[in-house]
Amino acid sequence: PFQTTDDAYWSRQLVAVGQERDKHAFEALFRQFAPRIKGFLMRTGLSPAMAEDCMQDVMVTLWRKAHMYDPARATVTTWVFTIARNRKIDMIRKARRPEPEDLPWGPEPEPEQADALALQEDTRRLAEAVAQLPDKQRKLLERAYFGDVTHSEIAAETGLPLGTIKSRIRLAIDRLRHAME
Amino acid sequence: MKLGYDMNVQHPITDDLLMGYATGGLPAAQDLIVATAVSLDDEARARLAGFDALGGALLEDAEPMPVADGALNNVLERLAASAPEDSVHADIKTARRDWVLPRPLRDAVGGDLDAVRWKSVGMGVKQCVIDSSPDGTVRLLSIPAGQAMPDHGHGGSEITLVLQGAYLDGDLRFARGDVEVASEGDEHMPVADLGEDCICLVVTDAPLRFTGLVPRIAQKFLRI
Ligand SMILES: [Zn+2]
Ligand SMILES: [Zn+2]
Repeated sequence: PFQTTDDAYWSRQLVAVGQERDKHAFEALFRQFAPRIKGFLMRTGLSPAMAEDCMQDVMVTLWRKAHMYDPARATVTTWVFTIARNRKIDMIRKARRPEPEDLPWGPEPEPEQADALALQEDTRRLAEAVAQLPDKQRKLLERAYFGDVTHSEIAAETGLPLGTIKSRIRLAIDRLRHAME
Repeated sequence: MKLGYDMNVQHPITDDLLMGYATGGLPAAQDLIVATAVSLDDEARARLAGFDALGGALLEDAEPMPVADGALNNVLERLAASAPEDSVHADIKTARRDWVLPRPLRDAVGGDLDAVRWKSVGMGVKQCVIDSSPDGTVRLLSIPAGQAMPDHGHGGSEITLVLQGAYLDGDLRFARGDVEVASEGDEHMPVADLGEDCICLVVTDAPLRFTGLVPRIAQKFLRI
């Protein structure tokens, strides 16, 4: 019933898991994201069995970390991507991958509705730009994310609107910093 | 001493390292220095989030694959035993304290600066090797204020992140949160700035080649 791209909806579900430990919201998130996480992990080269194990770990982590999700700084899909990527690396290395220190919440974690919506909109535009890339550039991007090649000029060469997202997130971070002062 | 996490970084970490972290393509040794640098630089944090959003777009695009029978039940059972990760309160407390080492580095060292097990390598320089593997060595270096590092070239890349104090390299000054990348063949002579000892996190992916005789001896001890 829900579009895959309905970020605002999935964001509310994830916030409900974080704030109320809502199991129904979690099940909805599972049905939506579990098959996509598994598909993504298989694209990156994991066997179906490893991808299944990794996906289940990712969903458990999503439950455990949901209260740290900030819709003004990442869409649900982006957030799920970071968890899946880190979990995959942990599995391969058999050690926990170092992650940046999480930003502390202010005393009253007020979700900034307008910030969150604007970020969802920007992220949507980025996804559309990715979908419309010429084949060659898209392959380059996929090689970087699905393979083992890193490429420093992908953003520059492809003209993807990464800058707008960066500025949006920077604003959200600044707001968070000020809330703590 | 300038501490805190919302800093005015003059020499920020480069996009290729951030993107490498986002794609998961970096060697383990470099993951630590990226995670630590991002902890100190909100602008880099936002850039990294942009590359993460790109990964999210590709995840959304990936063809969904059917999950195993009973996968949901399996996960729901595990939730019962999985408490929410307790880092909200911990983070509020830690943010109020002026740590020298950001959290990823504290996790690697087992505490803040006072937990570091320094080894003297001569000339007042101290080091602590955090990790060493075929794809790189991660170490903390402490250089006395005003003192030069031994003149050295690099057999591979060298990434330096300043955590305390500052150093001068030619015309450039690198202070807390700043990152310098030196490539294979570069020769330079960083000098710790006056004021306080300079403490850096350094990742090398091949041994450094010191050029003088005394430094050559130092290299034996440094094992860089
Ligand atoms: Zn402020
Ligand atoms: Zn050097």
